[in-house]
Amino acid sequence: MADPRAPSNLPPLALHVPEPQFRPGDAVDFASFDRGEAGAVARPDTAEKADALRTLPYALIRVLDDEGKAQGPWNPRLDADRLRAMLRHMALTRAFDERMYRAQRQGKTSFYMKCTGEEATSVGAAHALDHDDMCFPSYRQQGLLIARDWPIGDMMCQIYSNSGDRLKGRQMPIMYSARDAGFFSISGNLATQYPQAVGFAMASAAKGDSRIAASWVGEGSTAEGDFHSACTFASVYRAPVILNVINNQWAISSFSGFAGAEATTFAARAIGYGIAGLRVDGNDILAVYAATLWAAERARGNHGPTLIEHFTYRAEGHSTSDDPSKYRSAEERGKWPLGDPVARLKQHLIALGEWDDARHEAMDKELAEYVRDEGRKAEALGTLHDGLSQPFTTMFEDIFEEQPWHLKEQSEQMQAERKAAGI
Amino acid sequence: MSEEPETRAMNMIQAINSALDIAMGRDSEIVVLGEDVGFFGGVFKATEGLQAKHGKNRVFDTPISECGIIGVAVGMATYGLRPVPEIQFADYIYPALDQLVSEAARLRYRSAGEYTAPITVRTPFGGGIFGGQTHSQSPEGIFTHVAGLKTVIPSNPYDAKGLLISAIEDNDPVIFFEPKRIYNGPFDGHYDRPVTPWAKHPQAQVPEGYYRIPLGKAAVVRAGEAATLLCYGTMVHVALGVAEETGVDVEVIDLRTLVPLDIETIEASVRKTGRCIVLHEATRTGGFGAELAALVQERCFYSLEAPVERVTGWDTPYPHSLEWAYFPGPVRLTQALKRVMEG
Repeated sequence: MADPRAPSNLPPLALHVPEPQFRPGDAVDFASFDRGEAGAVARPDTAEKADALRTLPYALIRVLDDEGKAQGPWNPRLDADRLRAMLRHMALTRAFDERMYRAQRQGKTSFYMKCTGEEATSVGAAHALDHDDMCFPSYRQQGLLIARDWPIGDMMCQIYSNSGDRLKGRQMPIMYSARDAGFFSISGNLATQYPQAVGFAMASAAKGDSRIAASWVGEGSTAEGDFHSACTFASVYRAPVILNVINNQWAISSFSGFAGAEATTFAARAIGYGIAGLRVDGNDILAVYAATLWAAERARGNHGPTLIEHFTYRAEGHSTSDDPSKYRSAEERGKWPLGDPVARLKQHLIALGEWDDARHEAMDKELAEYVRDEGRKAEALGTLHDGLSQPFTTMFEDIFEEQPWHLKEQSEQMQAERKAAGI
Repeated sequence: MSEEPETRAMNMIQAINSALDIAMGRDSEIVVLGEDVGFFGGVFKATEGLQAKHGKNRVFDTPISECGIIGVAVGMATYGLRPVPEIQFADYIYPALDQLVSEAARLRYRSAGEYTAPITVRTPFGGGIFGGQTHSQSPEGIFTHVAGLKTVIPSNPYDAKGLLISAIEDNDPVIFFEPKRIYNGPFDGHYDRPVTPWAKHPQAQVPEGYYRIPLGKAAVVRAGEAATLLCYGTMVHVALGVAEETGVDVEVIDLRTLVPLDIETIEASVRKTGRCIVLHEATRTGGFGAELAALVQERCFYSLEAPVERVTGWDTPYPHSLEWAYFPGPVRLTQALKRVMEG
């Protein structure tokens, strides 16, 4: 019998802890990244069975080529007015982000998150969905609200927790809720919206309605159990839902390898669930639009859910609370092989003869002024540190439909204690 | 012309089944989902026959994913449905905590009323069936601690039906704990005696039709002058049994709803008796009994003749073969009552 104390002659095990390609100060070279050719990926029928779609999650659907021309079967062939509307929504999203980021830096609010570089993933999706389709966003989908023409002044009031904030100063900045825009209340807990979107879609299907649902998570939170639950339920009930994964490469300081990107693509998660999976160039708004429209048609035809990985890049920090230069190379943004979504659509419109630099410059100026004017109006209703805009007692409201005795008592106690303390 | 509502003897399972059936018949937005609840009718048979009657779009099986069950229920509620998910055992509810605590409970507040979650989560809880650590727990204290959740626990068939209908019709999320030891008959804690069926119990005469018992209202199930016993679920029957055995003239209050709590009934009773024992099967530390004891001393301190006692499960997992040593039964309550009466 072997002596249990004898030294093992087996090779030592090794733990693999992923490490990103580039850290601060590193020269960046994305030459090894295979982005494929624009127009090269076939577009299957939206009723195709999922097992016939298994190559798509490993491809990259691209429409716009380096010259700004739309190529191949995924070209949605949108008219110039629609293209200009999408360009304007992306530009407005960017201008809004710039303004609110500055407002946070000026101390007017506690927190902000930009979506710079990812505008196409929201704006393109919003244009492809019907207006009454229900969106269950994560925290970086402000482009959905803007593309659905939701008033940016309302968003600003939420960010400032001021007297115009419909959410009564209860939520951190950017945790919007806009039922009239089909935009679900944003949770700070990640991926919880995924099974909720599936449930909405199941309800719509059970009722014989025609509305579908869509949800968004970052690649990092695909690691949450909610992601697995959502994909399982979506598959089991063939829920009419579009499950978007915004792979922007970074989850705060953790690169996508910590969610499994070294081993496979996020779109390929779909294969295990037996649902359709698409992987698209998330900085190409025509590809985002086309993929979303394909998934929406598939859902509306009762052919089930689609998981779409939007391959993009988070050009800025996670939020105002982190400094990306501390954990990644500053060169990444400039060398990103899929470019910038606003610049690419602009280039396309110019190539079509439907746009020019002067018009673009005028649009940017107009939007900056619009955002500034809306900002002034919102700030006139107060900013976070101007003093509280909501009566204290509102804190105890909306816990339940009717206020039970213990909350009434606590509200009264708070007021009495403040009064007794002379404040 | 008014007629007496038709009643028949039901056990708790039948009463719960009737509540679901009646509620679903009145409101087409109510859906029932959970593991094994469809064709099979649930492992305890609470949903038996509902799928055949109300259809697969309204009563259906789910994957084994409590997170998914509650998550999709929140989404269905957002659509406008009124979901009644079943979590097969309360011990399995933990994977759903984020969806309950961070989502269902907070939705009304964080959206300032734009979105709500009128969801009733039914789940069997409590021990006494040799279910060991994973089929015996009483996690109500986890949920009473969460702002935005209501917690309801019936102790008999009549209440189970009336409370469940109220819970389903309530516009806030409700955790509806069903004490599974008394599904088939009241249980006074004497595990070595023959099981009593519900049939002869007065609270087992249940109207066939629709009725509600309001949430937030306790029931004085035995009036008395000597001491107040605060309890719910299975422990109501333990309290009543000890009252009979000891002859002490206790007042037994079945709380029925923990949140919102019927504080008026509690206060009135303790002011009258001057003595109070809190009972529950759940572990002691940080349990709902701690909240009850705190409320009683805050509000009735000058009426108290003795320290408030807690008769609860021990701070251990529910041990399979030793469950009767864990269960806070008549022996322990009798001794606590003696201490309280001497105090």
